[in-house]
Amino acid sequence: MLHFYLNNQRIRTDQPAGSTLLDFVRYQQHLKGTKIGCREGDCGACTVLVGELQPDGAVQYQSMTSCLTPLGNAHGKHIVTVEGINAAAGKLTPVQQAIVQEGGSQCGFCTVGFVMSLTGHSLSTKSATTETGLAAIDGNICRCTGYKSLERATAVLTEQLAARPAANVVSWLSEQQFVPGYFKEVPRNLQALKAELQNETSNQQPATSHQIVGGGTDLLVQRPEHVREVPVQLVYDQTNLRGIRQDADGRIVLGAATTAENLRASPLMQQLFPRLPEYMKLVSSTPIRNMGTVAGNFVNASPIGDLTIFFLALNATVTVGAPAGPRREIPLHELYSGYKTLTKAADEQVLDIRFTAPQPDDYFNFEKVSKRTHLDIASVNSALWLRTSGGFVQEARLSAGGVGPTPLWLARTSAFLAGKEITPATLAAANEIAQTEISPISDARGTAEYKRLLLRQLMFAHFLQFFPERLNFRELV
Amino acid sequence: MNHLDPVRHVRGESQYLDDVPVQQGTLYAAVFESPLAHGVLRAIHLSEARQAPGVFRILTAADIPGENQIGGIVPDEPLLAEGHVHFRGQPVALVLADTEHQAQAALRLIRADIDPLPIITDPRVAAAQGELIVPPRTFRLGDPDAIWSQCAHIFEGEAESGGQEHLYIETQGAYAFPTEMGGVRIISSTQGPTAVQRHTAHVLGIGMHQIEVDVTRLGGGFGGKEDQATTWGALAALGAFVVRRPVKLVLDRMADMRMTGKRHPYSSDFRIGLDENLRILAYEVTFYQNAGAAADLSPAVLERTLFHATNAYFIPNVKVTAYSCRTNLPPNTAFRGFGGPQGMFVMESAIVKAAETLGVSPSEIQRRNLLRENDLFSYRQPAEMCNAGLAWDTAANLYDLPKLRQEVDVFNQQNEQLKKGLSVMPICFGISFTKTPMNQARALVHIYTDGSVGVSTGAVEMGQGVNTKIAQVAAQTLGISPSRIKVESTNTTRVANTSPSAASATADLNGKATQMACEALRERLLRHAVLEYTLNYEGLEIRDEQVLAAGVPADTNWEKLVSSAYWKRVSLTENAHYATPDIHFDPVTNQGYPFAYHVYGTAYTTVTLDCLRGTYTFDALRIVHDFGESMNPAIDLGQIEGGAVQGIGWMTMEELIYNEEGRLLSNSLNSYKIPDLYSVPQRIDVHFLETPGHPRAILRSKAVGEPPLMYGIGAYFAVRDAISAFRPAHRPTFSAPITPEKALLNLYPSGVAEEVVRLASSTVA
Repeated sequence: MLHFYLNNQRIRTDQPAGSTLLDFVRYQQHLKGTKIGCREGDCGACTVLVGELQPDGAVQYQSMTSCLTPLGNAHGKHIVTVEGINAAAGKLTPVQQAIVQEGGSQCGFCTVGFVMSLTGHSLSTKSATTETGLAAIDGNICRCTGYKSLERATAVLTEQLAARPAANVVSWLSEQQFVPGYFKEVPRNLQALKAELQNETSNQQPATSHQIVGGGTDLLVQRPEHVREVPVQLVYDQTNLRGIRQDADGRIVLGAATTAENLRASPLMQQLFPRLPEYMKLVSSTPIRNMGTVAGNFVNASPIGDLTIFFLALNATVTVGAPAGPRREIPLHELYSGYKTLTKAADEQVLDIRFTAPQPDDYFNFEKVSKRTHLDIASVNSALWLRTSGGFVQEARLSAGGVGPTPLWLARTSAFLAGKEITPATLAAANEIAQTEISPISDARGTAEYKRLLLRQLMFAHFLQFFPERLNFRELV
Repeated sequence: MNHLDPVRHVRGESQYLDDVPVQQGTLYAAVFESPLAHGVLRAIHLSEARQAPGVFRILTAADIPGENQIGGIVPDEPLLAEGHVHFRGQPVALVLADTEHQAQAALRLIRADIDPLPIITDPRVAAAQGELIVPPRTFRLGDPDAIWSQCAHIFEGEAESGGQEHLYIETQGAYAFPTEMGGVRIISSTQGPTAVQRHTAHVLGIGMHQIEVDVTRLGGGFGGKEDQATTWGALAALGAFVVRRPVKLVLDRMADMRMTGKRHPYSSDFRIGLDENLRILAYEVTFYQNAGAAADLSPAVLERTLFHATNAYFIPNVKVTAYSCRTNLPPNTAFRGFGGPQGMFVMESAIVKAAETLGVSPSEIQRRNLLRENDLFSYRQPAEMCNAGLAWDTAANLYDLPKLRQEVDVFNQQNEQLKKGLSVMPICFGISFTKTPMNQARALVHIYTDGSVGVSTGAVEMGQGVNTKIAQVAAQTLGISPSRIKVESTNTTRVANTSPSAASATADLNGKATQMACEALRERLLRHAVLEYTLNYEGLEIRDEQVLAAGVPADTNWEKLVSSAYWKRVSLTENAHYATPDIHFDPVTNQGYPFAYHVYGTAYTTVTLDCLRGTYTFDALRIVHDFGESMNPAIDLGQIEGGAVQGIGWMTMEELIYNEEGRLLSNSLNSYKIPDLYSVPQRIDVHFLETPGHPRAILRSKAVGEPPLMYGIGAYFAVRDAISAFRPAHRPTFSAPITPEKALLNLYPSGVAEEVVRLASSTVA
C-alpha cells in the first residue's frame, strides 16, 4: 500500500509501485490537467511537483516528469498537480497570470507543464534570478515555440519573486496566491504521515528477484510495461543510500541514490569542480536531474552516459553488494563487459560511488556535443583529468562516450600523454592513438566519421580550455 | 483583448481528446502496423492475439463494410492494408480490447506473412523508375531557354532540404461512439473535420449525414492533422460501427512518429542566370518531392512549391518543374508552409551560390530582384499592394544592415574560434487555398434571448487563436462585449462541408463568414428597433451594447433589443456563406489569380558558430513583417515568433533519419530534436510594418500562420555564412538541416585524416 498526499487529498493506493505517477494522476484520479506528450521525460507536459519532508521539518518541492516517476517514489510525499494550485472561482495564480498576460500559451497542451515548473521555481527558497527562472522551465518543450513569451512571463515572475522573503516562504506565497492556503498544513501532514508509516511494517521486501528502480528516468523509458508488472525495489528514498561526503582517506563518497541535482547542488562537489553547474546544464533538464541518479546512469550502461564519462576520468569505483553476499569495489572502467552489459552480478546492487578528490592544481574538464545543446543525448562526450608540471603532463585520464559499445576510458591515449610536453604535436599524436581506441558507428546521433572528428575536437577543447597560452587554435585544428 | 483559451489552458481546464470523460463500455484500440516497408501481404495471423486477455475483437481490411479507401486527392490509400504493404508503420489490423495495456500487449502476438519487395526511399531513384504520384507539373514565365545565352553569369547546383516531424505535443487520436441511427459520432483531433467525416462515411458505406465529427481544440496541428487525422478517426469509427461500442484510439508518441507522414524532403537541381548588373534573367528548377507511399496532400504541396519557387523576387524567365515521387515512407503531408519553404530554400541557395562565386553579398542580388508593384508571378497574378521593397527597406533602416554586416566582419577578424554569420531572408507568401473551390466558409450565429451569442464555424482552434479572432469579429460587428460570445466546438452537424483549418486562411474565411452573419443579424435587429422604438434607420448603430441613433443613446440596449426582437418573432439566428471573391486558377495552363493577397516580410539572422565544436547559437532574429492592420497583435506576434522558431528548427536540428529499409531512426523525442528554450535566438525583434492591410483579409488583418516559418530559412544561410568566415575557400553543399554534424564536417572538410582512420580501423580489428 502506498500512502501520500495528492494536492489536498490523502491517498492510499495499492496500484503497482512501478506504475507511473502520470497514469495514476490522469486515469485513477481523473485529474486531466497533467498531459501526456512523450512518456520519456523529453517534453515536460506531464510535469508535477514532488514535495519531500526535510530533516528541518520544511517541505522541499522539486519538479519531476510524472511519466517517469514510479508511483512508489510518491510514497510519503506531497504530489502537486495543477488542480492542486488552482485558486477558487477561476482566479489565476501569479504564474498563470504572467503566462496569459505575455501570450505564453498557444495550443495550451504544454502549458500546464510550464505552470508547474514555474510554480516549483516560486516555491524554491533560493533567490529567483532570470537564470534560475529559465532553468526551471528548461525541461519544458513548447512546439508552438512560444519561448519568447514564456521568457517574458518568467521575467515578470522574477520581478515579483524579488519580494519573496527568505523565511516563511509558503506563507508569503499563499498570501500572494501562488499556492492555496492548504500548503501551509503540508509539513504537519507529512510529518504525521511519516509517524504513521513508521508504525507500519515495511511493505517492501527486498529480494533478488525484484527489479531495482532509482529515479525511473531510464527504466521507465526502456521497459515501462516490465517495471509496472514486476515487484520493484525502490532505492530513491533509501536514506542510507543518500548523501555526498568525504571520507577520512580523502576519497569522495556518493550514495547510490544521489541524484544529478544532488551532485550539482553539493557544495563539496562545486568546490572540487567549479564549473560543475555548467557541465550539469548540459547533462539534462531540471526535472530529469531531480529524478535521475548517478548510479542509474552507470548501470544503464549507455555508451553515452554523461555522468559515467565524467566519473571515468576521475577513476571512480563502484561499490556493489548482494543482499546476503559481500561487498566489493569495482573500478568504473571495469564495470562494462560489452554493449549494455555489466560485470556486476544481477543481484548486486550499487551502494556507493567513490573517487579520489582532485588536487587543487589538477585540471578537469567535461565536454559534450549533441544535436541540440541542451536536453539532448550526446553525439560524443568526453572528460579529461590532468596533472601537469611546467608544461608537461604528469598524469592524464581521458574518457569518451558515443565512440564505442561502452563508455570508454582511453587508457592508451592517457598513458601516451604522461610525460609529454603540451604542444600541438603532442595532441596530434594523442589523437592518432585515441582514434585507434575507438570504434564509433553511424546512428541517429551522427555518422562514424563525425564522431571521430568530434572526439578529436573535444580532446583539443579540453587542452585549449586549460592551456590557451601554449596552444594556438588555428595551429591545433 | 486576451486570447480566450489561455485562461483555461493555464488552469489545465481545456479539454483535449484524451481528456474527454470515458463512457462506460469503451474499448481501447491499438494498431498493428506493417513491419516492412514494401511487400506482398500474404496472411495476417490473429488467433494468438484473439486469445489474449481482454481482447474483444481484431479488425482487418476484410471487416470494412464500405470501400477500403481514404485517399483525398488520389484514391491510392487503403485504411487497412490489403494485398500489399507500402511503408513501415502502415496500419494492417485494429485490436479492440478492454484496456489500453491489453490492446498494446495483443499487438505483440500478431504476425504478418509478407513477401518483401524492393524498397525505395530516395525520390530521385523513384523518379528514375517512373514511380510518380501524379504527372510532373511545370510553371513557366517567359522563355529561359532563349535567355541563357544572354546571361553574363550562369550557375547550377543541387539543393536538399529535409523533412520535418510535426511533433504536435498532443498525439493523433479519436474517440468514436455508435449512434442510435446506425451511424457514428467521432470526437477527433483533426484540422479537417469534414475530411474525417467524408472518408469515414465512405469506409463505412453510409451517408455523410450519419457521421458527426466534433472538435473542441487541438494540442497542436501544424498541418499534421489536416489529412492525417483521418486514418485514426476512421479506424476508431470502424471499430465503433462494427462492434457497437465506443472505441478510443490514441497513438503513443513513437507510434505517431513511425506511422504518420511529415514535411516533404526535397532534392532539387537549379540553374540561375544573371546579367552584369546582378539582375536575375532566368531561373530553372527541377524539384524531386519525396511524397512517401501514397498521394495524401502531396500534389497540392507540390503545386505550392511551384507557386513560391521564386520567393519574393521578380524573374522574367522561369521554368520550374516538380516531380512527386512515390517512395516507401509514410505518406508525407502538409506542414506549415505546405511546400512553399522547400521552393524558397532552393531559390535562396541559387542566389547564394551566385553571390559566393561572384564575390558579392547575397543581399545585393536579393534587393536588386525584389518584386515590385504589378510584377508578374510565374502564374501570371500580378504583385498588388506589394510590400516586398517596403519590408526590405524598413528592415535595412531600422536594423541598419550595413552596420550589422560590419559588426560581424569585425568580430570575425578578431576571433578565431568563434565566427559570426549574417543572413537576410525576404519572404512572399500567397494566401488562399490554391484549389480555388476550397476558399469558402460558413458561420452559424445564434443570439439567445438573454443576449448571449454562440458562433459556430468550420475553424478549428489549434493554438493559432482563431477562436479569439472570430469572437472579436462577432463582438465588433454586433457592437457588444466579447464576454457575451461563445465560440462553439467545430462540428459537422452545425457547419457542413468545411475546408480544413489550413493555408493560413482560416481566420479570413471563417472570420468573413462570421462577419457577414453578424452584419445580417445587426441589420435585422436595427430594422426591428426602427419599428419598435420609432427610430431612423440612418445613423442607427449598436456600440458598447447601447443602441445609438445618430450618436445619441436610444431608449434600448442590446439585451432589451434582443428580447423584444424575439417577442416580435424576428429570427435571432443567421447562417452566412463566404467565398473569397476574384480568385481563380487553371491547373492546366497553370495560370490565374489564385491568391487573395500576398504577405511580405524580411528577416535578419545572426549566428555565432563555435568552430572548435561545430555548435552554434543564434544571437538575434530581426523581423519586419507585413501584418496588414493586425486585429490582435498579441496573437499575431506569437504566430511570428513561433513560426520563425519552427522554421529555424527545420533548418538546423530537426533531422529525420530513415535507413535503407525505410525504418525511422529518429523515432522519439530523444532522437528527433525540436527547439528548446535555450536554442531559440537570444533576441527576437518583430516590427509591424505599417500598411493599410488588405480588403480581402479579415478586418484588413493579414493571415499570419504560415509566412513566418520561412524566416527560419535565414538560419541555414547565417550558419553557412559563419562557416565561410572560418573556411573561405570551402563551399558547403546546399543541404538542410545544417546540424552541428554538418557544420563541423564543413568546418573540417578533410575530417580526421584518412590514414589515421585507416590505421585506427586496422588496429581495432
